[in-house]
Amino acid sequence: MSILHTVNKSPFDRNSLEACVRLAAKGGSVLLIEDGVYGAMKGTSKSDMVTNAMKDLTFYVLGPDLKARGVDEGKLIDGVKVVDYSGFVNLTVENDKAQAWL
Amino acid sequence: MSEIKKFMYINRKAPYGTIYAWESLEVVLIGAAFEQDVSVAFVDDGVYQLCKGQDTTGLGIKNFSATYRALGDYDVNKLYVEKESLDARGLTLDDLMPLKYEDENDDYAEKDSIRVVSSKELAEIFDQQEVLFNF
Amino acid sequence: MGIEVNGKVYETDEEGYLANLNDWNPDVATAMAKDEDVDLNESHWEVINFLREYYEEYQIAPAVRVLTKAIGKRLGPDKGNSKYLYELFPYGPGKQACKYAGLPKPTGCV
Repeated sequence: MSILHTVNKSPFDRNSLEACVRLAAKGGSVLLIEDGVYGAMKGTSKSDMVTNAMKDLTFYVLGPDLKARGVDEGKLIDGVKVVDYSGFVNLTVENDKAQAWL
Repeated sequence: MSEIKKFMYINRKAPYGTIYAWESLEVVLIGAAFEQDVSVAFVDDGVYQLCKGQDTTGLGIKNFSATYRALGDYDVNKLYVEKESLDARGLTLDDLMPLKYEDENDDYAEKDSIRVVSSKELAEIFDQQEVLFNF
Repeated sequence: MGIEVNGKVYETDEEGYLANLNDWNPDVATAMAKDEDVDLNESHWEVINFLREYYEEYQIAPAVRVLTKAIGKRLGPDKGNSKYLYELFPYGPGKQACKYAGLPKPTGCV
């Protein structure tokens, strides 16, 4: 059984990403969308938390939301995968359940 | 309104995810039309509003990052960015849009509107204001 | 509400501003002006085109003060003053010219 977790809040504004990382079971996927995409950037005060979580979880980030915010893909933590809207749909299909951390 | 007051708008939200950033920008422009002494601060996630290279084509919504470049025309040229907020987000001044204004009192020389300040400096700037708006 | 131009109806708000920016074409401007008994001449078009360019670049319709200053910079001081602009657009260069240009009402304009 696998869960697709979505996080749409900035990790600097809310603790949604922290809660997700703490409570997501091993093997799960985390998709960062909307303001959540800032959590995928390297060199921030939250980067270590994400890098640690990547031992157990696969991280994705929604490309159009990155572009809108001017975040260059080169600024992402190594290993975070960029998906487009159809990639989002695929993730939803590939996982049994979805959990939206608001 | 004859008396000029010191207005400070404080932005703490990222653009697009919520409506705060755009609402603030509109209010700033309205305030500026009344020729007040306007300053704008960008702290916490508000610093993301000024990131360069924003492209909302994929989202199908208005890219209002372009509007910050008009602030100079509105004589809004005191944009304070908190250094601590940039640092926490792995950002530097180079990641922000270069926003300029023409100084009428200095032969229309082009000058930078963005000033990176420490939390301590910003606290003092807030202290000098007469009206503060939070977004 | 709407405005009919060349057999096509374009949606407008209650004050006659185009609902969709992309609907605009010069015929729409001409029709809007005709409704207010204005014959658009070259000087009108200069301002209308300037406003469209300003919007394209900054994503806002400028306040009158900003428009006046910017027109002066672009087209010269004889045009960058309120007298000239109000003669062209007696209902207010912000309101009226922005409407013909297919833009929203300028921010802060009441």
